[in-house]
Amino acid sequence: MTQGNRLSGGQIDRNTTLSFKFDNRSYTAHPGDTLASALLANNVRLIGRSFKYHRPRGLLTAGSEEPNGIVELRTGNRQEPNTRATTIEMFEGLEARSQNRWPSLKFDALAINDRFSNFLTAGFYYKTFMWPAAFWEKLYEPMIRRAAGLGSLSMQEDPDECDKGFRHCDLLIIGAGPAGLMAALTAGRAGADVILADEDFALGGRLNSESFALNDGAAADWAAQAVAELSALPNVRLMPRTTVIGAFDHGIYGAVERTGDHLASLPAGKPRQILWRIYTKRSLLCAGATERPIAFENNDRPGIMLASALRTYANRFATTAAQRVAVLTNNDDGLRTAADLHAKGVKIAAVIDVRPDAPINHDYEVLRGAQVSDTKGRLGLSFVEVALADGSIRTLECGALGVSGGWNPNVHLTCHQRGRPVWNDDLAAFVPGTDLPPGLSVAGAANGAMSTHGALRSGAEGAMKALDLKGSLPDLPAAEDAPASQTPFWYVQGCSRAWLDQQNDVTVKDVKLSHQEGFRSVEHLKRYTTLGMATDQGKTSNMGGLAIMAELAGKSIPETGTTIFRPPYTPVPIATFAGRMKGKEFHPTRLTPSHHWAKERGAVFVEAGNWLRAQWFPLPGETHWRESVDREVRQTRASVGVCDCTTLGKIDVQGSDAAAFLNRIYCNGFAKLAVGKTRYGLMLREDGMVMDDGTAARLGEDHFVVTTTTANAVSVYRHMEFVRQCPFPDMDVQLISTTEAWAQYAIAGPNSRKLLQKIVDPEFDISNEGFPFMACANITVCCGLRARLFRISFSGELAFEIAVPSRYGDALMRRLMTEGEEFHVVPYGTEALGVMRIEKGHAAGNELNGTTTALNLGMGRMVSKKKDSIGSVLSEREGLNEPGALMMVGIKPLNQEDKITAGGHLMEASGPVDAAHDQGYVTSAAFSPTLECHIGLGFLKNGGARQGEKMRLVSPLTDVTIDVEIVSAHFVDPEGERLRA
Amino acid sequence: MIIDHPLLGPRDSSEFVYLGDAALIDRPDWQVENAAEAFYDYAYLRGNPAGEHRELWFHESGDRSWLVVTRNTVTHEISKVELARDVARAQGRSK
Amino acid sequence: MRYSGFKVLKEALSGHKGWKPAWRDPEPKAQYDIVIIGGGGHGLATAHYLAKVYGQRNVAVIEKGWIGGGNVGRNTTIIRSNYLLDENEPFYEFSLKLWEGLEQDLNYNAMVSQRGIINLIHSDAQRDAFTRRGNAMILHGADAELLDAEQVRKEYPYLNFDDARFPIKGGLAQRRGGTARHDAVAWGYARSADGNGVDIVQNCEVTGFRIEDGKCLGVETTRGFIGAGKVGCAVAGNSGRVMGMAGIRLPIESHVLQAFVSEGLKPVLPGVITFGAGHFYVSQSDKGGLVFGGDIDGYNSYAQRGNLPVVEDVCEGGMALLPMIGRARLLRMWGGIMDMSMDGSPIIDRTHIDGLYFNGGWCYGGFKATPASGYCFAHLLARDEPHPTAKAYRLDRFRTGRMIDEKGVGNQPNLH
Repeated sequence: MTQGNRLSGGQIDRNTTLSFKFDNRSYTAHPGDTLASALLANNVRLIGRSFKYHRPRGLLTAGSEEPNGIVELRTGNRQEPNTRATTIEMFEGLEARSQNRWPSLKFDALAINDRFSNFLTAGFYYKTFMWPAAFWEKLYEPMIRRAAGLGSLSMQEDPDECDKGFRHCDLLIIGAGPAGLMAALTAGRAGADVILADEDFALGGRLNSESFALNDGAAADWAAQAVAELSALPNVRLMPRTTVIGAFDHGIYGAVERTGDHLASLPAGKPRQILWRIYTKRSLLCAGATERPIAFENNDRPGIMLASALRTYANRFATTAAQRVAVLTNNDDGLRTAADLHAKGVKIAAVIDVRPDAPINHDYEVLRGAQVSDTKGRLGLSFVEVALADGSIRTLECGALGVSGGWNPNVHLTCHQRGRPVWNDDLAAFVPGTDLPPGLSVAGAANGAMSTHGALRSGAEGAMKALDLKGSLPDLPAAEDAPASQTPFWYVQGCSRAWLDQQNDVTVKDVKLSHQEGFRSVEHLKRYTTLGMATDQGKTSNMGGLAIMAELAGKSIPETGTTIFRPPYTPVPIATFAGRMKGKEFHPTRLTPSHHWAKERGAVFVEAGNWLRAQWFPLPGETHWRESVDREVRQTRASVGVCDCTTLGKIDVQGSDAAAFLNRIYCNGFAKLAVGKTRYGLMLREDGMVMDDGTAARLGEDHFVVTTTTANAVSVYRHMEFVRQCPFPDMDVQLISTTEAWAQYAIAGPNSRKLLQKIVDPEFDISNEGFPFMACANITVCCGLRARLFRISFSGELAFEIAVPSRYGDALMRRLMTEGEEFHVVPYGTEALGVMRIEKGHAAGNELNGTTTALNLGMGRMVSKKKDSIGSVLSEREGLNEPGALMMVGIKPLNQEDKITAGGHLMEASGPVDAAHDQGYVTSAAFSPTLECHIGLGFLKNGGARQGEKMRLVSPLTDVTIDVEIVSAHFVDPEGERLRA
Repeated sequence: MIIDHPLLGPRDSSEFVYLGDAALIDRPDWQVENAAEAFYDYAYLRGNPAGEHRELWFHESGDRSWLVVTRNTVTHEISKVELARDVARAQGRSK
Repeated sequence: MRYSGFKVLKEALSGHKGWKPAWRDPEPKAQYDIVIIGGGGHGLATAHYLAKVYGQRNVAVIEKGWIGGGNVGRNTTIIRSNYLLDENEPFYEFSLKLWEGLEQDLNYNAMVSQRGIINLIHSDAQRDAFTRRGNAMILHGADAELLDAEQVRKEYPYLNFDDARFPIKGGLAQRRGGTARHDAVAWGYARSADGNGVDIVQNCEVTGFRIEDGKCLGVETTRGFIGAGKVGCAVAGNSGRVMGMAGIRLPIESHVLQAFVSEGLKPVLPGVITFGAGHFYVSQSDKGGLVFGGDIDGYNSYAQRGNLPVVEDVCEGGMALLPMIGRARLLRMWGGIMDMSMDGSPIIDRTHIDGLYFNGGWCYGGFKATPASGYCFAHLLARDEPHPTAKAYRLDRFRTGRMIDEKGVGNQPNLH
């Protein structure tokens, strides 16, 4: 296939020819092309279909504001829906497909919608599909959903990586057109750290698209020289292919760099895109302007494009959309398109200038005071019908029509912090307001400086002002300085099927209907008609709709208002925001020091927050987890077991006020705890609910070690720092989290002391007399390794917890296993731990769910009334102390075989089963190998007085109803003889 | 957002954890006559202005200082950052 | 004017000349029986039920901007009644039942779509908690279904089952949950209320209350004083500001919640999914966009915009759960201001000022509550007693210790 629409010149590399496919047909292109320019060069005008009416769609623009030319790019698991052809840099082997059409782009069955457009007006769906009620989900909605959407996902995981990074600079310049380049030169030469970011792969902005000169050379050449100079400055970082997507608080900008999208395939390990957070005190928005179209009847045919886009395609990409082109304009800028195309040898059918006094041109016909009344061409423009000034109609044959309605400054980023743009009457456009994001200023066309000279000058001035540079302006290249004032022309009177939003199929008629039905605020207009809600977010459509609504309402455009510009400036892949935080890397994984040992033992692991903990240790031959867990429990209770409890939070508390501090933190007393003793502590939130529980061991007069639950390690530490620094700033107490510093193991079971005695250095007496229940001490083990020993028990057995510096955790675990062989020591995981604590009736996470009080847990009397502690006052509120409050109980099935369902609810033995008769619920359940039946813990109304009561446990969710008996929560060794042995 | 830590200089707000109204420093005396009402007010009726707000942030991924940040809740502009402990002491809080 | 397929047909054939404004644009009268501050979903629903169910037609809804411009116009459109606590579940189930008949009640297609919602389970403890919740739902007459991992996989095969940091171990499904077209909810209520004689007054901002001898006589507005027998305030996001004018401090903080929509995609997600191990939930709109969100930004804010860390956090959750959405593009992000209450549950109650009533504190769950909130607030305003399903939503519950805390995080609004 030849590139029949190629013109001379341009910034493409004709020495290299690339091949690509669109809708499975092969074409050729050159480096420097976009997919859009390459398609035009190959005379492909029809690229897609619109959303609602499935009207044929071609390119409207040459930039990121493109609403129509969107395709599915690449194949397989790299398939990328809704990709703007105008921003895809050509590479060898590129494959793209049209979307939202069936069976083919040229023949689309749903184009029938267009025939019914009279029924499918704005908001029609709110008024119908209501009868019969059941049909909405069954019939109407599935029909609508099937038709909706544009491109499709691959349904597979994206194999490419994205990344994130942080950058800092003195001045961020957004946009590398004339203003941005001049600003960067000014700031860069002054030595400032500058980042110059532009969404395009070629820096220069409109300079690359125009035929006029800067100084004596081509504008594009000046841009190239400027880029070369900037590249040589070490303090300037050029970021092409980088879109600044949003202006966030305090000078933080989001920017997306497309590092790999222009490559056929990514080099190994390289990211496809990078999300940068750029931190800067000063930034200069030089984002240019976007040309706006004019609405007229059937203005949406492929081939009808923005005039500036035709110029870009001709001058930069050396291609034309057709060999015969007409131009519709209301301003002088549109005339440049005709001149440039004519100079490149394209036949100009005529210039249709709505101004009666438009300048005459001798090279081609100018129809002054004329307007376009209609167009023809099924899959692409073939004729334009022109209403001449005298009222007669003339038909022009042409394959493309360039439309220029003036320019809108790209103010988007100036509004990201909810500032509003202001109306400029001269330009008939919104320009940046005064309420800009702090540190941001605006230059160039984005600020209304529409001529090239104006842009260069304001760029230089903007940089000097932003950086507070002294001295005179740098020399500016000589450039055109045409006046930019204009009389707006939004739409041709009398038109009705004239498109404003070409992707979403919103026409002038829809805006009128919206007004007629009272949806007159701009936000109502947008939401009722979907104007501006397409993938281009209304960059080319909003102004037209707004202007028509203003006219209908008899108000000015600024009185009518604007909708809000929100980030991102252009759509950003979700993967880019996520970076590498996906799959297994979604959250960091914390491993305990004995993790590798546990892995060697074949442990099954479970997530506990970010930790991985051994859940159980299956032995060969064990086929069900219960076998392993039951064995671990039995063996621990019969002899000795070891469990890694490193994940428990550990907080070192030191200072002369340490005891007084803990007295405030815990609701029970700590002031009188003797050195060498440990105490269970219950911690309340200020609202009186239980926050956490754990132990505090007094290792010295002014030194405590506090443990927290695994889940609350971070929040308890934060809370303790709050209490220390805020309400009680003069307490002499210091805190540090030592969770990672110490590896800690529970050694439980009747033989635990014997096992420990084999490793504890002989000078330490750990006999029951020398080291009784709840004792704690600094000791040494294994010939001098420092350790902390606590005689505390979660399992209800004689038990110890021993902590050693983390780096010895693995060695200690291996040593305990070796030394314990004679006792048949068993490592146990979190499941066995859970079973034993349920057997013992210890509350854990399921019971400490943030809505339970000390009273609920049966520990109401622990809340000391004799001292000030966090939560004690509010724990006394009436609602938390009502008679019949929930109390923790034990639950046993009446039938030994029945299983207790955690999450089941408790009902009286007879009577209705419903919410009104709900008596409580089961929090934890397990099979107890010790009792050889299932048991549970739960909360029951007035539970303290209901031991022995027969009840029903119901779980309609899992279809369970069983008879249970309410018992003491302490199933095993209620007197606590074992742990004191 | 960026919080200008009085000891460490400007830090990204994602290093911090937010608590809320700096009035949480002013924990009532548990023995005053209407302690229940005072604690209800303290715990539940926090300042919620549209405008300047003094609020507590904890430098969790940093030096573990509690800070009092004066920040405008409409513009997010931060006008002052202090160590909460200094603020608490200045308000006469002690042990 | 009645909307119907036939009417659409007729208008299409006669040039759409017959469509009338969906609601009038009246001048406010000097005095109403009831004035509702706030033309959002809850305020408009209150007006609808006041007029239709309680026969109160001398009612005005006054709105500082355009109706439906608050959180009803900027949410993720999810409806559900999958609550745990006795104080909440009957209310939200009442709401879901009202949703189920909404189109016929309003003669407006708000596209209530019961496509189902699944809360994913990633741990045994989470399964226990969801089992308790599912049972509570069923005991209250709602529907709930506990799914194991295989059942979830059958419905959503493309969730991350194989390479997940937090593996999916099941889900709690509510098949009657789903989505509704949020703007249309506001418009449908407005149109119906207007049709029943309620004045909807836009661009009318309340600047103060006229309170004499402990009684509220009406509101001062940018369009003059409007007298009222009773004033109901339903201004989510601005509750603190507005009630502050009456000298009332609320157990509420204002926080920003961001939400996101992707470009339009061919249908991939039939229902609503919430990720139980990250801050992420998602559904797909009838237009094809993935509508998703996560956690609040976490600091007090009235700015209606958020910052990048939460955007990244939400997208990380999305990628962790749905690896296939990586190449879908985030099109737009926006922020709404949430009344985060001190226990995560709402308030529908009288105030200590006679004639002044308050509805707020919906956290980020206000949309699904719209019908019942309106109904119950209307009941309170008309009868001066709480509706049975909303009787726990008292303003004084924090003083008495009767909090309604679904998440169990206590008096820390940004954690609810």
